[in-house]
Amino acid sequence: MKINNIDEFNTLKLSLEKAFKNQSKKIIVCGGTGCVANGALVIYEKFKMICEEKGLNVETILDLHDDSPDKLGLKKSGCHGFCEVGPLVRIEPSDYLYLRVKEEDCEEIIEKTIINNLPIERLMYKIGETVYASEESIPFYEKQSRIVLEHCGHIDAESILDYIAVDGYSAFIKALTTMSPEEICNCIIDSNLRGRGGAGFPAGLKWIQVLKNQADIKYVICNGDEGDPGAFMDRSIMEGDPHRVIEGMMIAALATGAREGYIYVRAEYPLAIERLSKAIEQAREYGLLGENILGTNFSFEIKINKGAGAFVCGEESALIASIEGERGMPRVKAKRPVEDGLWGKPTVVNNVETYANVFNIINRGSDWFKSIGTEKSSGTKAFALTGNVMNTGLIEVPMGATLRNVIFDIGGGIANNKRFKAVQIGGPSGGCLSEQHLDLPLDFDSLKSVGAMIGSGGMVVMDEDTCMVSVARFFLNFTQKESCGKCIPCREGTRRMLEILDKIIEGKGTLEDLDMLEELGDTILKTSLCGLGKTAPNPVLSSLKYFREEYISHVVDKKCPSKVCSKLKVIYIDEELCRGCSKCARVCPVGAISGKVKQPYVIDQAKCIKCDSCIGSCAFAAIKEA
Amino acid sequence: MENFKEIDDIIALHGNDKSSIISILHDVQHKFNYIPEDVLEYVSEKLSISPTKAFGIATFYENFSLQPKGKYIIKICDGTACHVRKSTPIIEALRKELNLSEEKITTDDLMFTVETVSCLGACGLAPVITINDKVYGKMTPEAVVDLLNEHRKEIGNEDK
Repeated sequence: MKINNIDEFNTLKLSLEKAFKNQSKKIIVCGGTGCVANGALVIYEKFKMICEEKGLNVETILDLHDDSPDKLGLKKSGCHGFCEVGPLVRIEPSDYLYLRVKEEDCEEIIEKTIINNLPIERLMYKIGETVYASEESIPFYEKQSRIVLEHCGHIDAESILDYIAVDGYSAFIKALTTMSPEEICNCIIDSNLRGRGGAGFPAGLKWIQVLKNQADIKYVICNGDEGDPGAFMDRSIMEGDPHRVIEGMMIAALATGAREGYIYVRAEYPLAIERLSKAIEQAREYGLLGENILGTNFSFEIKINKGAGAFVCGEESALIASIEGERGMPRVKAKRPVEDGLWGKPTVVNNVETYANVFNIINRGSDWFKSIGTEKSSGTKAFALTGNVMNTGLIEVPMGATLRNVIFDIGGGIANNKRFKAVQIGGPSGGCLSEQHLDLPLDFDSLKSVGAMIGSGGMVVMDEDTCMVSVARFFLNFTQKESCGKCIPCREGTRRMLEILDKIIEGKGTLEDLDMLEELGDTILKTSLCGLGKTAPNPVLSSLKYFREEYISHVVDKKCPSKVCSKLKVIYIDEELCRGCSKCARVCPVGAISGKVKQPYVIDQAKCIKCDSCIGSCAFAAIKEA
Repeated sequence: MENFKEIDDIIALHGNDKSSIISILHDVQHKFNYIPEDVLEYVSEKLSISPTKAFGIATFYENFSLQPKGKYIIKICDGTACHVRKSTPIIEALRKELNLSEEKITTDDLMFTVETVSCLGACGLAPVITINDKVYGKMTPEAVVDLLNEHRKEIGNEDK
């Protein structure tokens, strides 16, 4: 059904709003990757079946022709964020949130909650004896401000009708009908919206530069190549509210004069690609994409490009090279993409979350946006909270919230009663922060000042059992593998650093090695071509700074305080407990254990390869690790 | 490759512009589970790209493989979140069970390929694996072997 002009759009919107309200009750099943993996789609189908069996007036797509006021909406939404306890089912209007829902629970939910308005306590979130009935009252959600993620968990992620019913595309219409390109750019500049992909460059400045550039063709690119391990904000936005991203890109196109857009998505995100493709198709069908949109002279098309497994393609010039069908290697150019981008044309490249912010800035104004967050970092930021924390999931907080707020108030603290040790922010390009930074505000500049970065927003919490040297090695190993090999500092330098870390982990490191790591790191930061190399040493340098004593234990005492590095373990036989049965000597693959039967055996440390075989073989628990 | 008709269809779908090469290689990879060398050459010819350049592109991206892969591709996430929640023992268990290593990633009967990926973006369920794009969360070394046996059974049933 093509919408031919603004009036038709407004008429449709009014009827959709009404239809949305007519769904007086709603069952919203989380359709994010996490919950789907736990069986959310089976639950969705089960609900549908039960409702039909019971003859309930259930509706999976907004129906404009059915005016009956008491319908039951059944929706598959985007990620609710609380992946730890999925599959999640939200019931409206009571706002009950049911956790870990199984197929067997569906019947009871329909009977009790939908038909009789009764809560089912056993499916609700509990801390001790306290039951949290509504989603909003759960500490995990209560302390968040969901603006970018406002639709995730509330509307059907696969329906343009739902999106329009909750005011979707109104920011585009406002920009199209009441604002000039300069006004749009200035609104974004005034809002101080900084790029959510990591570097924090003001988005509006990119837009106005592309606008001012006199070129016949211009492009808008959405960077959805979220490669940082431990980050899934962009995935959740693309899956949960794809039209929000498309609308942001449409406004960017209006502002800059671009007529073509590209969304570059990682191949590892099949669901995001599917939902975006569907959304683009729907937008086209309704005349919101294509030629002469809503009868105006504005035309815009969006194409999806699937990545092929190269982390470096998240770097904008490498991403552009990849869209052009080349090896995704960063390009060294005097000019930025705003002048010389895709196929040499002026190009805006912004991250998914950046585009998702545009809707509210245009609709509510730049002052409103600036009222959230800190002076230099406006708005909110979505983070993927993962690792050894109680509540893992997707969260959104105002810029300037502290790490303590996020990890302890929202995340519920460290899992398994362990102690907090470190948090790694910003993926492999970010830094490892320690307890002393817990009250640090999360914004672009504060994090940069301590050698970390917001990056894309991955936040991995680590407990006391984590060895910081191995963590640093883990990250460096990642960036080393992903280095495209174009420039020497990144290609060779990271390899040398990795060799030194391996030496340290094997107990062969020296104090001079630590100085060498710092020197190499500093050189790589200063001389690499692109962002990958410029940030690759961060995890090593920040952990050397904040966890130096742990490195010293490895190189001086030859000990791993967290007992993670296997080569530094000492395995010994407790003389008191050993009965001299000789079993361990027989299982030892290298013949390191010797002794006389019925007398305590000993391990020759020079021969021991720390394989742990003997530990498992001992019937008297006499073999121990130190 | 005797029949390039299917390749022609793929190229027709994406257009023979040079920039289409990555999309085309994705489809070829999907069809054959790898990119046969003669197909790569054929595609480069159709797109007027030199075979060297096409080879360069195919080897640059991790998703493309010039070696045949198994019917079931098992990807074990070794991203940060999965790593700190102990993904390494899962990788080791799978490799041991299938007699594979970091270098040898596909079983001789071409049934299973085991590879690690940096992040599948399902960190809330860490540690995570996927088998042919289906996500399985909260894995343990024991659970992963059970899962493998289920797939083996499936293969056994198909053979009957």
